[in-house]
Amino acid sequence: MSDVAPRTVSTDVRPREVDFGAFVRRAADAGELVAQPRMGFGPPGLMRAGLAATRSAAATTVGTLTLDSYTRVGDLASAERAVRADGGANLNGYPIVSHPAETTAAVLAGLLNRDFPVQVRHGSAVPADIFSALVALRLTATEGGPVSYCLPYGRTPLAESIRNWSDCAVRFAALREFHSEPHLETFGGCMLGQLCPPGLLVALSVLEALFFQQRGLRSLSVSYAQQTNPEQDIEAVLALRRLCQELLSRSSWHVVIYAYMGVYPRTERGAYRLLGEAAGLALATGSERIIVKTVAESRRIPTIAENVAALEYVARAARARPPLRPPADDAHGGDSATYREANALINAVRNLHRDIGTALLLAFRRGYLDVPYCVHPDNRGRTRSALDGAGRLCWADTGALPVPPPERRAPAGTVTSSGLLEDLFYIQRKYDACAPESGEITASPALAERSRRLPGPR
Amino acid sequence: MNRPMEPVPARPMEPVPARPMEPVPARPMEPVPARAADRCPPAARAGTVVVSSVSSDAHTWNLVFLQLLIEELGYTVLNLGPCVPDDLLIEECCRIDPAMVVISSVNGHGREEGLRLIDRLRARPELADTPVVIGGKLGIDHEAAAGQTDALLDAGFDAVFADGRGAADFRTMMASMAPRAGELAGNGGRT
Repeated sequence: MSDVAPRTVSTDVRPREVDFGAFVRRAADAGELVAQPRMGFGPPGLMRAGLAATRSAAATTVGTLTLDSYTRVGDLASAERAVRADGGANLNGYPIVSHPAETTAAVLAGLLNRDFPVQVRHGSAVPADIFSALVALRLTATEGGPVSYCLPYGRTPLAESIRNWSDCAVRFAALREFHSEPHLETFGGCMLGQLCPPGLLVALSVLEALFFQQRGLRSLSVSYAQQTNPEQDIEAVLALRRLCQELLSRSSWHVVIYAYMGVYPRTERGAYRLLGEAAGLALATGSERIIVKTVAESRRIPTIAENVAALEYVARAARARPPLRPPADDAHGGDSATYREANALINAVRNLHRDIGTALLLAFRRGYLDVPYCVHPDNRGRTRSALDGAGRLCWADTGALPVPPPERRAPAGTVTSSGLLEDLFYIQRKYDACAPESGEITASPALAERSRRLPGPR
Repeated sequence: MNRPMEPVPARPMEPVPARPMEPVPARPMEPVPARAADRCPPAARAGTVVVSSVSSDAHTWNLVFLQLLIEELGYTVLNLGPCVPDDLLIEECCRIDPAMVVISSVNGHGREEGLRLIDRLRARPELADTPVVIGGKLGIDHEAAAGQTDALLDAGFDAVFADGRGAADFRTMMASMAPRAGELAGNGGRT
């Protein structure tokens, strides 16, 4: 790639043609799983090279602009200083507010179009400046949420985050006046990355989607992060789909699966096997998009080449499978435990107030929503979770959550630092230890069969 | 063509569609389990340790682990969580006069933010002698790891648990930090 340096020219993007949700829908209709990296670099030239490589990967891809963490927390002075010092080479993401709009337009010029939409990813509870930059650039896809971008990541009061996200969602929805369809993804299915039980993940993802729908957005995606047990994950994503069918009737939506977000395997075989399992989860549940992880994940920020390798691995895994066909509404045989738990949480929260933002605030105050191990001052912190012997993520303590008594519980006892470490490193241990054809998912013969047909790393 | 947009007036919220609400099963409240520190007899308590990240770092699990570990050593822990602004950390430290301050950062900005933080913290006379340690993945460039430890020590940290090889993972950080944090806390090295 010779022409990667950004040129100071106006963008040739025609915003009305770029529709993130419609692109994913078209791909799904064609039987393609959309793969996406979580890529972000400070220097514009490198960011452009990353997007170009994502676009030209042998996979159906969408691009990602992940922002740096100074921009995320609103410390724009530090981001600007880093840009002035060396063009942002020491930043851990792209400072979209601090680079001039012309620079970002040049980063995207000739890359962003109808067949290569780009999503901006950040993680901010104070995202007003970020949304202003998006609106100015007519960038129509981003992600986040009033709870999922607040509680895990800092000390911004939940009430403030809900206000901020409410204002930003309304402004973002107004992009439709420029004849482009803004797309917003909930991050609620990824809370804390690991050890949040699936029922709560599903409930938060749906509640944040309802929050966005109430604020005028109608192109949505709901997230779910791969956890520790394949069968439990399938049950969770099917519950998520069913709840979206029931509650997001006014929106077009799709499901995005995140490859495991916790402590990642260190071996190449383990890392690819886990990624293959995430692709298997997406395929088994008719999920339309997947966010990949790379072999470098356990050590550092991955390179462009490592990201491309992960995207192409997922594409090969998906092509080895029959075309996507989302399971029918009743294909999962009645109410699963995860559906019942998520549904109970959603109903309890919606009963608190007709406005979902207010309802979310009240729910956290009362402990109806309570994220285990989250140390945010507005989280009650009375719930605990742990893994059982089969690697299923279970409640050890449901605190004040208004859920039916869990079918499975983690062994009783106080969570200790060593017990927590065991659970945090369970996936890394399991996947680094696995030999070829070890059939580590014997609990699900169908999935093991699928997994055997996934191509191995090259 | 990319002029900032005029502010858009908030549009009225659309009504929430009515959906029959299912009854929420009532559950008795369960007692809150005692934390490790709460179970220790007061005599065993060696004081309060502040656990915190730096202002741009959003990682939590390192902080949760450190909290449990330090509580098990008999201390009370004030866990300020991720993304703690300097001012808040310094004010909390002045308020409670902690036995130790443990800063953990894994997002690659730890060196720069640690240097800024320790300058400001040491500038407060009441915190001039408070033990303050830092650990984690402190830079995004592993080649510079050796220099960053000296820089952080010179700037006023009492110990630096940097990931010397730069590419080591989260677990190495915790495993290396845990026993030494224990030693510093005067309670031997346990993992």
